[in-house]
Amino acid sequence: MADVSSATHGDLRLTRITKTYGDFTAVNDLSLTIPEGSFFALLGPSGCGKTTTLRMIAGLEEPTVGSIHLGATDITTKRPYQRPINTVFQNYALFPHLTIFENIAFGLRRRGIKDVTADVNKVLDLVELPHLAQRKPTQLSGGQQQRIALARAIVNRPALLLLDEPLGALDLKLRRQMQIELKWIQREVGLTFVHVTHDQEEAMTMADTIAVMNEGEIEQMGSPADLYDNPGTAFVANFLGQSNLIKGRIEGTDGDNLVVDLFGQKISMPKNRSHAVDKSMYAGIRPEKFRISLVGTPTRGNTLTGGRIEDVSYIGVSTQYQVLMPWGQEVMVFEQNDDGVPPFDKGDEVVISWEPNFTFALRGDDDVEAGLEVNPEELDEE
Amino acid sequence: MSNILNKVKLPYLLLLPGFLFLFTFFILPIVNLAQTSTQTPIAGGDTGQYEQTLQFSNYITAFTENKEQFARSFVFALCATILALAIAYPLAYAIAFKAGKLKNFLLVLVVAPFFVSFLLRTIAWKQILGEEGFVVPTLRNIGIIGQSTTLTSTSFAVVMGMTYNFLPFMTLPLYASLERIDPRTMEASGDLYANGITTFRKVTLPLSMPGVVAGTLLTFIPAAGDYVNAAILGSPNTKMIGNVIESRYFKIVDYPTAAALSFTLMAAILILVTLYIRKAGTEELV
Amino acid sequence: MNKQKDATIPTIPAKARLSRWFGRNLIRIYAVFGFTYLFIPVLYTFAFSFNDSGKSNLIWKGFTLDNWKNPCGAPEVCAALGNSIKIGLLATVFSTILGTMIAFAIGRYAFKGRSSSNLLIFLPMATPEIVLGASLLSLFLVFHINPGFWPTVIAHVMFCISFVVVTVKARIASLDPRLEQAAMDLYANELETFRRVTLPLVAPGIAGAALLAFSLSFDDFIITNFNSGTLKTFPEFVYTSAARGIPAQANVIGSAMFILALLIVIAGQFVGRRVKVSK
Repeated sequence: MADVSSATHGDLRLTRITKTYGDFTAVNDLSLTIPEGSFFALLGPSGCGKTTTLRMIAGLEEPTVGSIHLGATDITTKRPYQRPINTVFQNYALFPHLTIFENIAFGLRRRGIKDVTADVNKVLDLVELPHLAQRKPTQLSGGQQQRIALARAIVNRPALLLLDEPLGALDLKLRRQMQIELKWIQREVGLTFVHVTHDQEEAMTMADTIAVMNEGEIEQMGSPADLYDNPGTAFVANFLGQSNLIKGRIEGTDGDNLVVDLFGQKISMPKNRSHAVDKSMYAGIRPEKFRISLVGTPTRGNTLTGGRIEDVSYIGVSTQYQVLMPWGQEVMVFEQNDDGVPPFDKGDEVVISWEPNFTFALRGDDDVEAGLEVNPEELDEE
Repeated sequence: MSNILNKVKLPYLLLLPGFLFLFTFFILPIVNLAQTSTQTPIAGGDTGQYEQTLQFSNYITAFTENKEQFARSFVFALCATILALAIAYPLAYAIAFKAGKLKNFLLVLVVAPFFVSFLLRTIAWKQILGEEGFVVPTLRNIGIIGQSTTLTSTSFAVVMGMTYNFLPFMTLPLYASLERIDPRTMEASGDLYANGITTFRKVTLPLSMPGVVAGTLLTFIPAAGDYVNAAILGSPNTKMIGNVIESRYFKIVDYPTAAALSFTLMAAILILVTLYIRKAGTEELV
Repeated sequence: MNKQKDATIPTIPAKARLSRWFGRNLIRIYAVFGFTYLFIPVLYTFAFSFNDSGKSNLIWKGFTLDNWKNPCGAPEVCAALGNSIKIGLLATVFSTILGTMIAFAIGRYAFKGRSSSNLLIFLPMATPEIVLGASLLSLFLVFHINPGFWPTVIAHVMFCISFVVVTVKARIASLDPRLEQAAMDLYANELETFRRVTLPLVAPGIAGAALLAFSLSFDDFIITNFNSGTLKTFPEFVYTSAARGIPAQANVIGSAMFILALLIVIAGQFVGRRVKVSK
């Protein structure tokens, strides 16, 4: 019988976790606290170490260095079956030789619970698949298997539920539907969810807190809004949504604001939104925050002149413009089509402006390309 | 408990009983055979008593006295292997690609004759091909063979018997290899202007080579050492090396010669097989 | 609705259709011939099991069911069959157990000496039966052990182990390791995981290996001939009575084994298929 103390609960705390395989470092000195009851996402590209971190929490891998605590209990060396933690695997890993009912009951039985019927039926109702109880996994569709895998984990009421890219194999529409359902189930059942994904939209939709990982380390952690509005590194700025990063110099201060020079043009931004360490920096503005106006029209906030529209893409909801600035950089602008026809054409001489409070600043030595490249080979994660 | 069954030690524990068994009943006998092969009969002693004299000339004597049988064994085995390949390949191909739902059933049918004792099958062939069977009189009537030609007690019958008996050993590895080929690669070949025969030559055959290698090995090796087919379907003129070894053990009691012959056979097979594998380039056999 | 009737729909000329059919089905036709060839001696054996032959079953004398009604009528037939079955069962049990353990060790763990282990398993399969049989006999003689029942069992276990290892190893290789991880994630410790997940999923491979081992043991002649001494197994009985005349009862037994084995395999297929049918 498995030794699982149902009294073990609380925040999950990873302290200085490192995992190496030979001379390859998958996770590098990572520390993290996941609050009880939250929906937490580990977001990052293929190979960033998020799945390895998840598996260490589950107990399927052991950290090379560091410790893991659940509440007051040190679980670092505990075997998976000794932890009150359950996983929803990427390819579901349903037991092909057992019925759906027995799959779900598996964990309960191992813990010595005799009468499993009530619990199993309750969770089958939760995922709306009570009629499949006697089928075998191979007889179910992908979406159904995914929900059964979830049910199999939830029925054990674990202190922590881990989800390893569970929606990866589903088609787009089903994926969107499941994102909403998972969020709802998490609120309903009140468990702590840790969700690993490379899809930033998915993370932002579902999670209360996101940790963005890159090459074995956490780049930044916070609520989706925090991360989106005020990214601290180019990687986060480029990985989450899209950003325009313009090289500049901090010239001076003006009360709570910084005065910044961008290729000869002056703008201002709040001091507390700058992550620069010296005078050199990159000014970051999200494309939807820009406003385009024709030369001569009055503008509000920061203004950059000398732009020329190089490309217009009509997307339906919005129109995307590529604006060539005098210093040779093409800047992206998204304008909502909330009043009919896109007002600008290719070749128009324009001016772009935005609210200063939307500016963020990154270190001048940051890699502007980080988080941008989508390697086609990386799209098929294992 | 899991601390006791340390992950490092577990595989060795699992291997121990089986390997101990194989060591005692496979390795040791072969070593013993080696040392028997250099013994000589004790002068003035009973039949079956020998002393170790490291008489390596036993090998030379054994080989020169029986080189005809050695040669015949390898020729027969080679013929049987080639024939078996020719017969089994299209059969395996048909099952792998043209059988649809009947695939598993047909595989069973390939192996099923196995369950009728191979002795019974071989003797059945002897009677079918013999004077009282229907094959010989029919062929005589048609005029394909002369009135005095018989099919049994001939090299032809021996090779025929060997080919037949080893057919499943050739078919199954071929099938396994062919089955793994993605039929879309063959479609792609057609899409790129290759006709049926060219597709076979350039795509199917190369991709099925692991099966061909495995099948030919599993056929040639036992065939070279076989003596039953020669005993039942052949005559004293078609004796294979296996027959010689058998008689040295049971009829003329001469263990050193028998041992020397066994080793020579094994060595010859090992050399041929190693050369063959090197040329065919397969790494994973097991 | 005004619909103009189609003008002539072009048809493929009969000659071309015939040659296309041939091209697609040539190999199927060949397969039919191939299977017929495979079954000729089987049918012959089956037919002659009904021969009213007396002692020598060479010429067709008349149809009778007597042989089937009295399969043990000829002397030694059933004794030989009994020996074959006893030896077969013992050899199957031991070789399956030893072979499965080896298969798990090699197939699951990376350890020093893994490739040498693979080689050791491969060697018996690559050695001619006559060498295996003769060397074992020599060893027994050195230790003054007479050939007989147990030496034969030992010999059979020896050559079956390799086949068991190969079969079970293939099945283990196709097992998704994440299923066992899922089991541990769901509170099953190592032993429970093995019992409830690993073993049931590998079981078909082990069953197949056992069936293979029994078939190889039952049908073995050469190795048995060297190590059985005065004891006769069924193949040995057939071989030695070939000179005197094989009684038709031997044909009965051969045919019966064939039908029995065929039924077992087909039944096994049905059991496996029933699960998928209810999709």
